Amino acid sequence: MTGADPLTFYGAPMRARLLLGTARFPSPAILAEAIRAASCEIVTVSLRREAGGSRAGESFWSLVRETGVRVLPNTAGCRTAKEAIATAQMAREVFETDWIKLEVIGEEDTLQPDVFGLVEAAKALAADGFKVFPYTTDDLVVAEKLLDAGCALLMPWAAPIGSGRGLNNPFALRALRAHFPGVPLVVDAGLGAPSHAAAVMEMGYDAVLLNTAVSRAGDPVMMARAFAGAVEAGRLGYLAQPMTPRDMAEPSTPVIGRPFGAEPDKLRC
Amino acid sequence: MRIQVNGRPREVNATTLEALLRELGYEDQKVGTAVNQEFVRDRDREQIVLREGDAVEIVTPRQGG
Repeated sequence: MTGADPLTFYGAPMRARLLLGTARFPSPAILAEAIRAASCEIVTVSLRREAGGSRAGESFWSLVRETGVRVLPNTAGCRTAKEAIATAQMAREVFETDWIKLEVIGEEDTLQPDVFGLVEAAKALAADGFKVFPYTTDDLVVAEKLLDAGCALLMPWAAPIGSGRGLNNPFALRALRAHFPGVPLVVDAGLGAPSHAAAVMEMGYDAVLLNTAVSRAGDPVMMARAFAGAVEAGRLGYLAQPMTPRDMAEPSTPVIGRPFGAEPDKLRC
Repeated sequence: MRIQVNGRPREVNATTLEALLRELGYEDQKVGTAVNQEFVRDRDREQIVLREGDAVEIVTPRQGG
């Protein structure tokens, strides 16, 4: 859908509107197959402490590179702006990209972003040349602050990470879309079923980022394909401008000429 | 000298970050490093002198969401 329906992230043209996380897949082979089935061009990755001599990091990294997709490193698990900034800097060097999915987690049960730390880190990283993809709540005022901090796109949650709950607050997501018509908006976190992805795309969201909904599905590859279809259907549904709902019925079959009804013209004769 | 490496206390001989990576067998791996939560670039590791009690992070690519 490029061309007629362009999307850019920090000036880079995007064809795919589905981004995929790489965690919690049953095997590296299934991950690679799911990436292909999702037709995605961006996957998220992270940095973790090297476990003495396992070289697990190297084999994972070569698997991702073989898929040919672009990586979006995250700062998952960081609890302070300082941790997130240092993690982003390490990620830029290791993954050789200035893209960073910025996470600063403020609460354990919901993994809710600490929006104060998030804005602080976003400001510092944007000033340091990073292209920041902030994982944020659906709060409109925080969204404004992130844009002021130098973010050119936003990634609001639909529900807590890994919960699969879908759209907890459709009103807030609609409000964000309406307030920032020119800003790429990606729903990140909380989607569980393809219908959830279709719903946010129908609202006019530009893309969705998934992980658990695909990686923990009974058949992750089939689920990746299902989400890819749902994202495309939702986008087309949005572009095609849905009809306005009504309270009462309106016949879709023409009334004129129906059998057993009085024909108005003949009655007048 | 006793320092923290990836959250665990460790007795090491190295006195620079570069030497620590060699001592731990990471010299041929692409890793990210930070000392006391400050990022240290690949090319600066030789100049970073380690001190007793320093907290060193050594990270590599991994799956993420």
